[in-house]
Amino acid sequence: MVQFTLPKNSKIRTGKTWPRPEGKNVRKFQIYRWNPDDGKNPQVDTYFLDMDKCGPMVLDALIKIKNEIDPTLTFRRSCREGICGSCAMNIDGINTLACIYGLDEVKGDVKIYPLPHMPVVKDLIPDLTHFYAQHASIMPWLETKTNTPQKEWRQSIEDRKKLDGLYECVMCASCSTSCPSYWWNGDKYLGPAALLHAYRWIIDSRDEATGERLDNLEDPFKLYRCHTIMNCAKTCPKGLNPAKAISEIKKMMVDRVV
Amino acid sequence: MRYLTARKRAEGKGAAHTGTEHHWHMTVTAVALAFLVPTWLYVFGHALGQPYEAVRATFARPFPAILTALILIVGMRHFAMGAQMMIEDYARGTARKMAVIFVYSLSAVVVATGLFALIKIAL
Repeated sequence: MVQFTLPKNSKIRTGKTWPRPEGKNVRKFQIYRWNPDDGKNPQVDTYFLDMDKCGPMVLDALIKIKNEIDPTLTFRRSCREGICGSCAMNIDGINTLACIYGLDEVKGDVKIYPLPHMPVVKDLIPDLTHFYAQHASIMPWLETKTNTPQKEWRQSIEDRKKLDGLYECVMCASCSTSCPSYWWNGDKYLGPAALLHAYRWIIDSRDEATGERLDNLEDPFKLYRCHTIMNCAKTCPKGLNPAKAISEIKKMMVDRVV
Repeated sequence: MRYLTARKRAEGKGAAHTGTEHHWHMTVTAVALAFLVPTWLYVFGHALGQPYEAVRATFARPFPAILTALILIVGMRHFAMGAQMMIEDYARGTARKMAVIFVYSLSAVVVATGLFALIKIAL
């Protein structure tokens, strides 16, 4: 359901300002903080870092803040090279991966928030339970009815190429949480990430459940909430185009009836 | 608070197995309007500013009359379906259903009134 204002308990307060270090190349970081245990509203804390002693990526800055200034700052991270999708957050108004987003790409103060319109577990960690369940609902695995061949399911080079631009998705949720349709109807609309994965299996030449997959998507909300806003393609840190995948699914749907 | 698994919440009531027809009709009516609207504007532009009798005579001719009828029917069909999508985006529950009924009724009334006026002019 569309919301134009934040609920009372989500309104953001000005938080703590940490001491500014000595140095010429000092940068200001404004970071969203919320602790479920203290019963207070979220707040934005201000930190300062000497950039001469900090790595080049936003994640480097967050790790430095956690290690040297405020150990209570909470965020997900793992691979530090854009493969695991853990450190997705809203940086300078853009949903992206903190590990591959350079601090030089941000103009002025660095503002860091959790992914938008998702329940927050703590600080920069969104609750992705529903997002992952939606991904599972599209059956992200090879479905076959023919007996499994002795060696392998064979695929031509041309058919394999069709999966390029789809299999690279790391499920970081940057696209889905940038989509207004997903904000307003995320309970029913599958969102760009799940639909990109759905298309990845629909066009897999080895998969034998194409019809069932299309049947499961044919719904005014699950699929047709996409209005080609293209925020998903704009924000994807891996440079993928979920909107194109969704439009290809719609084309296949039309091909079935016309 | 209901104790539902995440998977059950995600699946909801399952797929409605509809929506493609709506999507296809929106596409077809949009393409049709892309041709109809400029042509109608050309005809209407010629009639604009003419004396009353000349305007009546214009819309009494078969081509402008049929074109106007098509604009009314196709345009209102497109409007109702587009408005339904918008309502589905922003409203929920009974309000959503009532708003969709209102929009479809409104478009039907506009089509009926327009056709009545057109027939009166043309015949």
